[in-house]
Amino acid sequence: MRPILTIAKRELVANFTSPVAYVFLVIFLLLTGFFTFTAGNFFERGEASLAAFFGWHPWLYLVLVPAVGMRVWAEERRSGTLELLLTMPVAPWQAIVAKFLASWVFLLLALVLTFPAIVTVNVLGDPDNGIIAAGYVGSFLLAGAYLAVSCMTSAMTRNQVVAFILSVVVCLFLVLAGFNPVTDLMTRWASPALVDTVAAFSVVTHFDGFQRGVIDARDLVYFLSVIGFALFATGVIIRGHRAG
Amino acid sequence: MIRIENLVKTFGAKRAVDGISFGVERGEVLGFLGPNGAGKSTTMRMVTGFMPPTAGRVTIGGHDVAESPLEAKRLIGYLPENAASYPDMTVRGFLEFAAELRGLRGSQKKQAVGRVVERCFLQGVLRQSIDTLSKGYKHRTCLAQALIHDPDVLIMDEPTDGLDPNQKHEVRNLIRELGRNKAIVFSTHILEEVDAACTRAIIIDRGRIVANGTPEELRAMSDLSGAVTLSAHGANAEKLSALGRVEDLNGAFRIYPRDKSRAADLAQDVVELVSREGWKVEGMFSERGELDEVFRRITLPDTVKR
Repeated sequence: MRPILTIAKRELVANFTSPVAYVFLVIFLLLTGFFTFTAGNFFERGEASLAAFFGWHPWLYLVLVPAVGMRVWAEERRSGTLELLLTMPVAPWQAIVAKFLASWVFLLLALVLTFPAIVTVNVLGDPDNGIIAAGYVGSFLLAGAYLAVSCMTSAMTRNQVVAFILSVVVCLFLVLAGFNPVTDLMTRWASPALVDTVAAFSVVTHFDGFQRGVIDARDLVYFLSVIGFALFATGVIIRGHRAG
Repeated sequence: MIRIENLVKTFGAKRAVDGISFGVERGEVLGFLGPNGAGKSTTMRMVTGFMPPTAGRVTIGGHDVAESPLEAKRLIGYLPENAASYPDMTVRGFLEFAAELRGLRGSQKKQAVGRVVERCFLQGVLRQSIDTLSKGYKHRTCLAQALIHDPDVLIMDEPTDGLDPNQKHEVRNLIRELGRNKAIVFSTHILEEVDAACTRAIIIDRGRIVANGTPEELRAMSDLSGAVTLSAHGANAEKLSALGRVEDLNGAFRIYPRDKSRAADLAQDVVELVSREGWKVEGMFSERGELDEVFRRITLPDTVKR
């Protein structure tokens, strides 16, 4: 446990010693604000909810989370510090989990900073704060799933741009598999069972429940298993590099 | 402390390390020599547990690196190639990070950081971030990291690479001093370092050990060792050739012994000849042999050898 905390702490601090973290936070908050209030027609909806806010998250995260995750391993490999880290008395899985957690906490911070949205709906109307809380839990898990995928693609290459693009492609699949226009298109030629199976792999399908205020064990299991699988794959990839 | 048995590493069809075995005990400083691409770094990466070997075994202080990696890694301090470190951290932050990963807390950590800072002369740059440091300071910072837990085993991949002559001198002195109670392995392709710091040297080429001995023993493998170089007024090659093979060096003569085991007698013979002939001696040296000649001879492919 100790090494995990030590590495996670270093990663978090490293985030904030460069201006990248602050730029990210500002862009994230500007974009959530823009999508919620302008593109999401927050005021015209006439309902006291954050549906307009959460609805955009699978798309917004598609670009922003890989930007956080891309450097996690690629940078470590490029600068040669991977050798330093893995010759310390630290098990590789501890380093993988620590680095993931540090970035996840950073994304949590970004999410916490969207609190003015909660304040706004509560001032203007009388929303169900339980639904909002569930939405935040779902959004956090969604970010975690994308982040784990980004960690995995980051381990594949020492080039951060390549890691970013790979991650966006994989996450895009996770979104599109359950995106209504896509599933509608699929029903024309595929059996409903196949469409449902493909959609079950999508983050959108599993994020829906949280947006409606339902925390379903199946959705939790889905997100946690995406994270678990991607981190396991990260371990396999890193072991592959070391084996030569 | 370090035992390596039949270590093999293959990358695809290439055998980067091909059956290397050696051991290093406490108090020994082993110089690891070889041309670029001979397998030095790969061997060190396997010893430190970064790369799993294709075949063979590495044990550090009795712990098998493959079976109990954490116990083995605790005993090792490692300075990787190019002295990699986190450029965004300050020197103090980086050393504290290393100390914490080594399980040092509180006052122990503070003490350890203070000790290596003094040892590696980092007092002036503690608050600076690593990417603003000169190459020499970066190197010393990474070396400090390797020493933070006072390890029994120290593995260094080209510790003097990219340093200026003064810094090289400092690092060599440090290695020699640390070598008194640690087992040290360091790689280099600078041969003078072998004399300056090592108790023993291994030369590897294309993944195999081609020479293993003390610097003196290696030097004795040189053709030059035991030869006498004479510069004397009136000397001529014809008379000298009675003692051994003579090489004309533009005003001086070098006489190679016919039999290496009798090399000591050669100098005596030359002195006798000189006094008999009444030549005026300007200079006379008994050659010890040159390491770089030995190095070249055993690591160059046969086709390139002269």
